[in-house]
Amino acid sequence: MSDEGGTIKKFMYVNRKAPYGTIYALESLEVVLIGAAFDQDVSLAFVDDGVYQLVKGQNTKGVGMKNFSPTYNALGDYDVNKIYVEKESLDARGLTVDDLLPLKYEDEDDDWAEKDSICVISSAELAKLFDQQDVVFSF
Amino acid sequence: MALEVGGKTIETDEEGYLVNRDDWSQQVAEAIAVAENLDMTENHWEVVNFLREYYEEYQIAPAVRVLTKAIGKKLGKDKGNSKYLYELFPYGPAKQACKIAGLPKPTGCV
Repeated sequence: MSDEGGTIKKFMYVNRKAPYGTIYALESLEVVLIGAAFDQDVSLAFVDDGVYQLVKGQNTKGVGMKNFSPTYNALGDYDVNKIYVEKESLDARGLTVDDLLPLKYEDEDDDWAEKDSICVISSAELAKLFDQQDVVFSF
Repeated sequence: MALEVGGKTIETDEEGYLVNRDDWSQQVAEAIAVAENLDMTENHWEVVNFLREYYEEYQIAPAVRVLTKAIGKKLGKDKGNSKYLYELFPYGPAKQACKIAGLPKPTGCV
């Protein structure tokens, strides 16, 4: 599409860990936001305990860490709007998409209509997506 | 580094960003602006206040590209462009305005 930036690659960030207790979730989010400046084809995947990162109504008072979950709502502003959540991981934890942050983006090609960013997919579908990526970052 | 505001010493990092976000006040903002050689007008405040609201909601300072788009949406196309924002904040709307707003350096600011 753009000549100046060279080829656009498909980047996927895979998040597997619970949001607090380790620094992985926050680091991943920061890398995504910084990387968003490079106009690549970015998607995020949340699997295993990583699905907890997107749970709404987080309260971190007890663990003494900053609740950074509101920042996921900014991903749409950064044109990061392909967010895949593995169905099996949600099921295993008794969660549904209604327990997750209602992440939205505005579709530039559809008169800025507001759309959902989160897409719940099966493990098999996710495996196919992994296969299509040029770069996979695992956190 | 430090700023003297109303008899109090406010700690800043080597680039002039507040070390403690709770130290921020309108007076502190004006002192940072003076250090940056900026004369705060209503248009400057509009952007600074916008950034503070954005931070409140999303817990990050937006990258300049995101800021420009969001300002355009909220305050109109004539303000949501880099020319207008760079005229207000010549050292970069995100960086300089965030500093005055008492926020950390924008995420995505490489």
